[in-house]
Amino acid sequence: MSAIYKRELRSYFITPIGYVFIIVFMIMSGLAFSYTTLMQNTSDVSTYYTIVMFFFIILIPLLTMKSLSEEKKLKTEQILLTSPVTITQMILAKFFAAYTLFAATLIFSCVNFITLYVYGQPNTGVLVATTLGILLIGGAFIALGILLSSLTENQLIAALVTIMSIFFMLGLGLISSTIPDTAHVIRAFVKWLSVFDRFYAFTYGYFDFNSLLYYVSITAVFIFLTIRVYEKRRWE
Amino acid sequence: MIEINGITKKYGDKTVVNNISFTVEAGEIVGFLGPNGAGKSTTMNILTGYISSTSGSVKIDGIDILENPLEAKRRIGFLPEQPPLYMEMTVREYLNFVYDLKGTTLNKKKHLSEVCEVVRISDVCDRTIKHLSKGYKQRVGIAQALVGNPPVLIFDEPTVGLDPKQIIDIRNLIKALGRDHTVILSTHILPEVQAVCDRIIIVNRGRVIANERTEDIAGITAGPRKLVAKISGQKQDVVRYLKTIQGVLFVDVMAEKDGDAFSYMIEAQPGIDIRKPLFYALAEKGMPLIGLEAMGMSLEDVFITLITNDKDPRNKLEAAKS
Repeated sequence: MSAIYKRELRSYFITPIGYVFIIVFMIMSGLAFSYTTLMQNTSDVSTYYTIVMFFFIILIPLLTMKSLSEEKKLKTEQILLTSPVTITQMILAKFFAAYTLFAATLIFSCVNFITLYVYGQPNTGVLVATTLGILLIGGAFIALGILLSSLTENQLIAALVTIMSIFFMLGLGLISSTIPDTAHVIRAFVKWLSVFDRFYAFTYGYFDFNSLLYYVSITAVFIFLTIRVYEKRRWE
Repeated sequence: MIEINGITKKYGDKTVVNNISFTVEAGEIVGFLGPNGAGKSTTMNILTGYISSTSGSVKIDGIDILENPLEAKRRIGFLPEQPPLYMEMTVREYLNFVYDLKGTTLNKKKHLSEVCEVVRISDVCDRTIKHLSKGYKQRVGIAQALVGNPPVLIFDEPTVGLDPKQIIDIRNLIKALGRDHTVILSTHILPEVQAVCDRIIIVNRGRVIANERTEDIAGITAGPRKLVAKISGQKQDVVRYLKTIQGVLFVDVMAEKDGDAFSYMIEAQPGIDIRKPLFYALAEKGMPLIGLEAMGMSLEDVFITLITNDKDPRNKLEAAKS
């Protein structure tokens, strides 16, 4: 499994994708940070992170679109699936490679926060909790991206569908507010599903175990489904 | 070493592989022949664990591929129809990756350089795979199968698209590999099979229609059992005399005439080589034997006969023998 992990991570830097991801992320986060937190003279990073989350709609598909679709297209998956490696190991390796790149970039972008410490006294707890929240959400989105990548040979389709799905998941929160009170059960359910709403707890520095479980579960479900896709293909 | 038992693969209503069974002993080189669409690649994919069969079992070195897939796969080196190469990697990087992937325990540097030597890609080790010629790419594909020195090697059409010299090189390589490995080689290049393989398995429409040692199939095809003889002399006299020669089973006059000689198809009793007795007998009687050849079916002929006769699932080989 570590062989596949290393190879994936390396391939992010042999092709331009890895560099593009890091550079675009750093620039966007820097700009977002300046306009929201610095210019507002506040140490409240919630708006900043909200914007960052919406950037994921484009950035995460970039990471995941080729992970499985290209293997299928070029038939390189044949060597993976005929080697002494399980389907689970293969998919986890790909997930962790994408996640490593994502997490490393995110943590690196925390240099933005240095300015907060220089000029003020930010609430470290909030910063940590919020960053953690983003890390968890990122994991869920990456797992989703990988699942969608396994369903098609075409990278572009994988990317587009991932974009739409993440957009939808983030948008659920907004949708929930449009559902009338009479359908309050539905509204409550949609709210419960909403990635976005749950995130808010993190922005208050409140490390909600419930939400943690939610994000980890979603991630696990998507990974599990991807494994099932491959098992089905093997037996079909 | 390899035991396939009753493998069937269905895609919906379509049966692509229909109850294929065969065994390959350790150290054998087996040629797996068949027309396109016969189910060769599917069978190989099932053998290597890429896909699963609808029913039947596969055992590699006694290990069932469904019960213990990791152990079974560890014993196999597979070159699929399309070599699974990562184009953006260099040859060295790629082989290092395969080494890690297979969990090999041999000395990495030494083993990989040996593999590169055997396949003769040592001089392109640092080139990106994308930039290699087809011949080299194919060899990298073979190298990948050799990493870890697996006891079983499975090659799916390893020489397709190569130029004649490369084809000869690969064939020699496979023959050499056959000394220490068990090899299954699928192809539809018949001379390749005759040159390299100990045994030939022919499949058509998902079923095994022949499974013989190479010399037996060649023996069926060209041997001294059936001869075409050109003999000078009166037709009836010659035929009458021929039938008296010991060992002659059957004589038939063929339509060809060459001067005063006619062509006769002579079938000998099994196990008897009557060429010399025939020569001496005819000379004694003053009937010059001016031409003699084995009435042979080449492997191509056997193959085509088997394939075209493949309507009755029984006695196909018998039909070809006649």
